[in-house]
Amino acid sequence: MSPPVLPIRCAGLTKRYADVVAVAELDLTVDARECFGLLGPNGAGKTTTIEILEGLTAPDRGEVEILGMRWAGGARGRALRERVGIQLQETQLADKLTVAETVRLFRSFYRAAHSVDEVLGLVGLEEKRTAWVGKLSGGQKQRLAVACALVSRPELLFLDEPTTGLDPQSRRQLWEVIGRFRAAGGTVLLTTHYMEEAERLCDRVAIMDHGKVIALGTPRSLIASLGAEHVVEFALTDGALRAPSPAELAALPGVRAVRPGVDRTALTVAEVHRAVPALLGLLERRGAELSLLATHHATLEDVFVSLTGRQLRDA
Amino acid sequence: MRDHPLVQLTLARMREFYREPEAIFWVFGFPIVLAFALGIAFRSRGPGELRVAVLRGAGDSTLAAALARAPGLTAAVLDSAEARLQLRTGRIAVLVVPGDPVVYRYDSTRTESRLARLEADQVVQRARGRSDPARVADQRVTEPGSRYIDFLIPGLLGMNLMGSGLWGVGFSVVQARTKKLLKRFMATPMRRSHYLLSFILSRLVFLFLEVAALVGFGWWVFHVGVRGSFSAVAFITVLGALSFAGLGMLVASRARTIEAVSGLMNLVMLPMWILSGTFFSYARFPDAMQPFVKALPLTALNDALRAVMIDGSRMSELGAPLGIVTAWGVVSFVVALQIFRWR
Repeated sequence: MSPPVLPIRCAGLTKRYADVVAVAELDLTVDARECFGLLGPNGAGKTTTIEILEGLTAPDRGEVEILGMRWAGGARGRALRERVGIQLQETQLADKLTVAETVRLFRSFYRAAHSVDEVLGLVGLEEKRTAWVGKLSGGQKQRLAVACALVSRPELLFLDEPTTGLDPQSRRQLWEVIGRFRAAGGTVLLTTHYMEEAERLCDRVAIMDHGKVIALGTPRSLIASLGAEHVVEFALTDGALRAPSPAELAALPGVRAVRPGVDRTALTVAEVHRAVPALLGLLERRGAELSLLATHHATLEDVFVSLTGRQLRDA
Repeated sequence: MRDHPLVQLTLARMREFYREPEAIFWVFGFPIVLAFALGIAFRSRGPGELRVAVLRGAGDSTLAAALARAPGLTAAVLDSAEARLQLRTGRIAVLVVPGDPVVYRYDSTRTESRLARLEADQVVQRARGRSDPARVADQRVTEPGSRYIDFLIPGLLGMNLMGSGLWGVGFSVVQARTKKLLKRFMATPMRRSHYLLSFILSRLVFLFLEVAALVGFGWWVFHVGVRGSFSAVAFITVLGALSFAGLGMLVASRARTIEAVSGLMNLVMLPMWILSGTFFSYARFPDAMQPFVKALPLTALNDALRAVMIDGSRMSELGAPLGIVTAWGVVSFVVALQIFRWR
């Protein structure tokens, strides 16, 4: 028996723009029915990578196989496009067409397709059927973009920052759409710079920085790689003057790692109930006064910070 | 059938157009307003009244009365300052200074002034006793199609075909490119040829309405007829529309911004607005420029339309201009396909 066909397989992808290397020697495989996330700050190379995989950008080097096929012109390329649904980051659909007209237009490009009503039902836009696209909210526009990607009943769905700029409610609605697509057996590759989105949706994530994958695994295993499940952050009123050194902090019970930051220091901690009293005792001995103390469960954000020393938002 | 991509793309084109009220005005309203305004301004009035003046002085009123009796002349007596002002501003064509000799003061570069001088001189000479030895008689004819509006309507038709072809195609293509819609279409199995053909098809639908509106208006308001066959007019307008759609495709093939394509569009259209004989005959340009002027697609299109509408020419006589129009369209379209930026 031949091995099962992978939805996505790429090896050695490299793409340069002028003097910037957007993607460097990237290898990835995505398994059937998996939801795979490309994570990283703006400029990490996520969009270039996904557009190479979508067959919209030609790599300088490397090879791509989608559903066991290579991107090509003519009938072979079209045959592959029939099986893949794509939502691009920056597409603005025509303002003066209605929702139903837009879906119907995209539907006409495919041989096998959902009916307009079916796909509007999938993304919850039935009531906006006759509304002009220009009159939709940001979240509704984004769901329409996903509807245009879903209309062909694709096996594989590419989503490039599907929820960027959306309010929390719209974001949850889109997550539900993606969940329903997966429940029906679809494979998803998405990019995002929201870590909680990746944790919530993805089976596996690749964290990208400067065109390279710097960490790969399930969200749980990546967080576990920090060696601790909690993060304690604190800041002092008079800044560095009375601050304990990183070595002192690292020696506190339960502390696994210390990350000094610009305005606060973060400790990766296995046992909050032991580390926090010890920290408070240390600070009191030094006469330092707290201006902030917070703890949270470790997230992929913390994984990124521990790998790069930078915050995702301002990286 | 309704769900064929070509049908859906064409419908999308048409919807985007007719849901844009400004576009409707520029394509349908504007040429009609222009035809109406110019038709009124340059309507045939018979020979206009020529205004002449007599400088205040001995014998002025007798001379003025004699001039005013001549058909086609009106005369007034003015003092020196006023006369100079009116002569300079062109409100009088000739100033007659009574005396011996009688002096005609006028600008000899103005046709109107030279005509007025001849008329005035005839009155002056006859008043002094000149008699004309030969008997003459006038026979006036009005040739259909000789009015300015008859000349104007085919020109406006040509100009409109150019404008809506270039704007209709060029603007939409570049807008789709800047909004990344073109790239989004490339992510579907859509055929590129269907996308480009949809522009041509939607142009043809609106073309029918554009032509009907302008020709109908000319006929209804100014009785501008079509001397040749309607099928010839239809054929030439379709050819012109396709040719300018091709040119629009070429102009839009690389541009990334609306500003860039607008600039290119004006660069292409401006010379033709002036040179191609829409508002006045291109015969006024120097001989050296004529081969260039005649090679422009709008010149050829206007010539062909006028030949059919005014002179009643048959298609077989229009090989040269129609060849030029076709060549522009084919070459533009082929080049556009080669260099088109699909994302």
